[in-house]
Amino acid sequence: MNIPLSIMLFWPAVLGLLAAVLPRGLARFVELAGAFVPLAYVVVLVLDFDPAGGPQYVTDVPWIPELGVRYSLAIDGLNLWLVVLTTVLFAASALWIAFRPVHHSPRLFAFHFGIAETAVLGALFAQDLALFVLFFDLMLVPIYFLVGQWGEGDRVAATVKLVIYTLVGSLLMLAAAVATGVLVAQANDQPLSFAINDLIGNTLSPTTQNWLFLGFALAFLVKMPAFPFQGWMPDGYRAMPLPVLVFFSGVVSKVAVYGFLRIVLPILPDAALDFQMPLMILGVISILYGSAMAFTQTNTRLILGYSSMAQLGFIIIGIFSLTAEGAQGAILQAVNHGLVVAPVFFIIVLLAERAGGSEDIRDMGGLALRAPVLAGLFLIAAMATLAIPGSANFVGEFLILLGAFKSELVIAALAFVGVAMASVYMLRMFIRTMHNRTGPAVESRELGVRDAMVIVPLVLAILAFGLYPQRALEQSENSARASIRAVQERTGAGTQAAAKPSLTREGRTATASGETHP
Amino acid sequence: MNAILAATVKTPDIDWGALGPLIALTVGACVVLMTGLLRSPAARTNLVPALATLTLIVAGALAIGQWDSNADVLEEALRMDNLALAMTVLFCFAGVLTVALSLRDLAPRDAGHGEYYALLLVAVMGMVVLASAQNLVTVFLGFEVLSIPLYVLCATHLSSEGSLESGLKYLIIGSVGSACLLYGLALLYGATGATDFDAIAQAVGGGEIRGDVLFLSALALILTGLAFKASVAPFHQWTPDVYEGAPTPVTAFMAVATKAAALAIIVRLFDVAVVGAVDDWAPAMAALAVITMLVGNVGAIGQSSVKRMLAYSSVAQAGYMLVGVIVSTRLGVQALTFYLVAYVLMNMAAFAVIVARERETGLGDDISALRGLGAERPTLAWPITIAMLALAGFPATMGFWGKIYLIDAAVDNGWAWLGVAIVLGSSLSLVYYLRVVAAVWMPSLESSVAVAARPAGARPIMAGASPEADDVADTRAGAVPAGGDTPTASTARGTHEERTDADIGDGRDPSGRDRAADRDHVGRDHRHVHQPEVVLVAVACAAAVLLLGVFPDPLFDVARDVGEAFGNFD
Repeated sequence: MNIPLSIMLFWPAVLGLLAAVLPRGLARFVELAGAFVPLAYVVVLVLDFDPAGGPQYVTDVPWIPELGVRYSLAIDGLNLWLVVLTTVLFAASALWIAFRPVHHSPRLFAFHFGIAETAVLGALFAQDLALFVLFFDLMLVPIYFLVGQWGEGDRVAATVKLVIYTLVGSLLMLAAAVATGVLVAQANDQPLSFAINDLIGNTLSPTTQNWLFLGFALAFLVKMPAFPFQGWMPDGYRAMPLPVLVFFSGVVSKVAVYGFLRIVLPILPDAALDFQMPLMILGVISILYGSAMAFTQTNTRLILGYSSMAQLGFIIIGIFSLTAEGAQGAILQAVNHGLVVAPVFFIIVLLAERAGGSEDIRDMGGLALRAPVLAGLFLIAAMATLAIPGSANFVGEFLILLGAFKSELVIAALAFVGVAMASVYMLRMFIRTMHNRTGPAVESRELGVRDAMVIVPLVLAILAFGLYPQRALEQSENSARASIRAVQERTGAGTQAAAKPSLTREGRTATASGETHP
Repeated sequence: MNAILAATVKTPDIDWGALGPLIALTVGACVVLMTGLLRSPAARTNLVPALATLTLIVAGALAIGQWDSNADVLEEALRMDNLALAMTVLFCFAGVLTVALSLRDLAPRDAGHGEYYALLLVAVMGMVVLASAQNLVTVFLGFEVLSIPLYVLCATHLSSEGSLESGLKYLIIGSVGSACLLYGLALLYGATGATDFDAIAQAVGGGEIRGDVLFLSALALILTGLAFKASVAPFHQWTPDVYEGAPTPVTAFMAVATKAAALAIIVRLFDVAVVGAVDDWAPAMAALAVITMLVGNVGAIGQSSVKRMLAYSSVAQAGYMLVGVIVSTRLGVQALTFYLVAYVLMNMAAFAVIVARERETGLGDDISALRGLGAERPTLAWPITIAMLALAGFPATMGFWGKIYLIDAAVDNGWAWLGVAIVLGSSLSLVYYLRVVAAVWMPSLESSVAVAARPAGARPIMAGASPEADDVADTRAGAVPAGGDTPTASTARGTHEERTDADIGDGRDPSGRDRAADRDHVGRDHRHVHQPEVVLVAVACAAAVLLLGVFPDPLFDVARDVGEAFGNFD
């Protein structure tokens, strides 16, 4: 079973192009096909993946020899589950659009939508630094159009702000990436190459690494967003059309997480060590700031936006604990968060529809009475967000905190506050929307079948993933270790970490304890 | 007799084949000029552009034919190496596109077709001479042959005050630049005792004259003179005014070809002749490059005239490209070549769209002419979108690889901070490039209402007027729709051709109101001027930008050939 990854990679874009030229009415169906075929393919990938093997499904051909750029794709434990997440969320969004067509130019929408999925998948697959940067920047183009053309409110200003904010980071990363390639080639006296494997184990001086690190870190932190780079987020979240927001919040920010693990830690280990503390502190501030903001916002989108910021703060801490547990927890949590945030966003639309079009929690309330299923689904997603034992988020946060405790006790203790705060803001949102006094314009009704077809599978996925995260843990374990190997070699902790018992066992105990809860 | 003559008089050995492109251009220019004197209007309007195109294609083909021959011609006055040939092809290509854009323009009609196209060909010839110059004398010769036709071309739209002003301004400022250059060349000769680049390189390589005041002033003056032509800040002030006033096809030609020629000679002079003194000039040029990026990118923000915006953007782009010169390595030359080709294609796509919209809307080159283009004219909307994204350096376009190549070259020779300057400049540039894309695809609700209510062209758009003022004017214009159904409407409605012509007048002529009324009467839709060649230029350039962005290998090969044949880096 070895279908080239390129097919999966370009499938959505090609179908997007097809949708753009076919008659208007077909657009959303072509779009569906564009999103569901990769989903089917990814199921095969997950079943077929060999956790002990290294990169699999490798495609590796020279692309631009002059610049040492290779067209190099592969799947390994680091990106496998993020690819799963990507395809799931894009499929869910496509389905949502099929049921609720966009209000104008559906063909153009399908086109940009397809490009977006290809760009995200490309960034995840890329095993070449230049290719990664290319796809990472490319993600912005369709998002720019999607927000600007189909967004809400002050969409043009929001999308320009979003793109400029994130592209400034990305462009600095571009410079850093080129510099990394050139400097490593000079140091090793080799021809220029951007293949990530060729860049690992370089002998760049710590000072150089620190500069390069700043370029990469800025790009990723803006994309996430982490404190203090969240300036674009509120406007962007408010303006984004919902299906776009789902994959943007769910997946695009995760590519940044992935970038840290795939590129920064292996290639710039000295810098990662140097910046460990500042980044962890940024993570803690993101948690505290995000949580506090999520608690004070009344716009449901922004509550989720700031809660994402807090969650990503966790992930940063996990990554920069520079332990295998932390790294693995970060991957798991990235997947979890995407999976959890998507249904909640869809639910927000339904809530707004029932509350006279307002997305403000002050206008909602009392919705649960006539919509128990909707409330139930929302509750499951909300509980998963606040990492109730039994959810995969619990396992993820557990691993992250475990890693953090091992490296920095104080940070871990502070981060722990975030766990508690998550329950505050999520439950506040749930109670204010579902219970409490009925809002002025609220007309509650149950979830429709079509909406259920989008939301129920996502919630089931949360449950399934929560009850059985082992597969993801097993499959990501080796790669997570590989990702921090270079750093651990610098600290001399490599041997110590290798002697540690398998992480999956810890994951299993965590889940087992969770299963006792209802 | 012949044998005696040969023995006593040393005639230069001329490689006529290598001179082919120049000869073709010269002959072509003369033929075109003469054909322009024919009485038949059909011959003038059709035959002349056809001949001009033919000339350019022949010249380009002759250049391609001697790829890799790297011949020295005319006693090393010129060197047709790969850089010169690549530039020749590029100039001819830009020339052909300019001819296509000029085909229905008012400017050739005003100035006389023969004159207009002959001047264009002469300008291309000057560029070829400049790009292949190996001698200070040929440098100046090429510089003037290139400049003088352009001064005239800027002013060819005789009925437009802006065009005349633009020509005059360009003439005056260009002369200052020429004077600086000439002075510099003379001083350089004084300092080194040679006019030949190789001899200069030897003299400079000796090292005695490195700190020489004469030599340094020569470098400074030469750089100033060429900086005027390449619109490098702070010698760029003429650029937006001249670009805005000149007929748009001429602007397009100046923006791409002149800049390419100026950068080609900069790279020749500085990376061949005085490369030994790189430590003296590189810091100064690096400072200029950074200032240029900053000034260009900041200046472009907030321009409501797209031509002015592109003028500032071209200033910024010149700053990026200077990096390829500063690093003074083979890689730098290659990156510069690559970027120049990308630059020509990206700008040509953008200018073609502006030309098309100028004729269709009567809003001139104001950004509002592009508003809602995405829904209305996808064949124009996509080219300008791709051009803008490529100029901003988005991936999957040539602009992306061009920037990567330049940054690669910069880091490779220890100029990493210039690479950072390039990306910071690019991030600034997003502000105005994305604004254009937003205007094309995302007409906000208010503005689309305004567009709907606007009797387009009823009011001359003054560049630089604030958008608020525009909106106010819109509502006022919309409030007095009475002018719409006056009898003038019917008088204004003439043949298709006439309307096109009047329209190109930028809406500055008093008949603007009538035409607007006419349009109101006909319907809100902008008239579809039949101009397939302009659309074709836009689409073809944009397609090339994308295609070479995804498969840039051929262009990298060309750049490598250019680099390998260039200069004497170790």
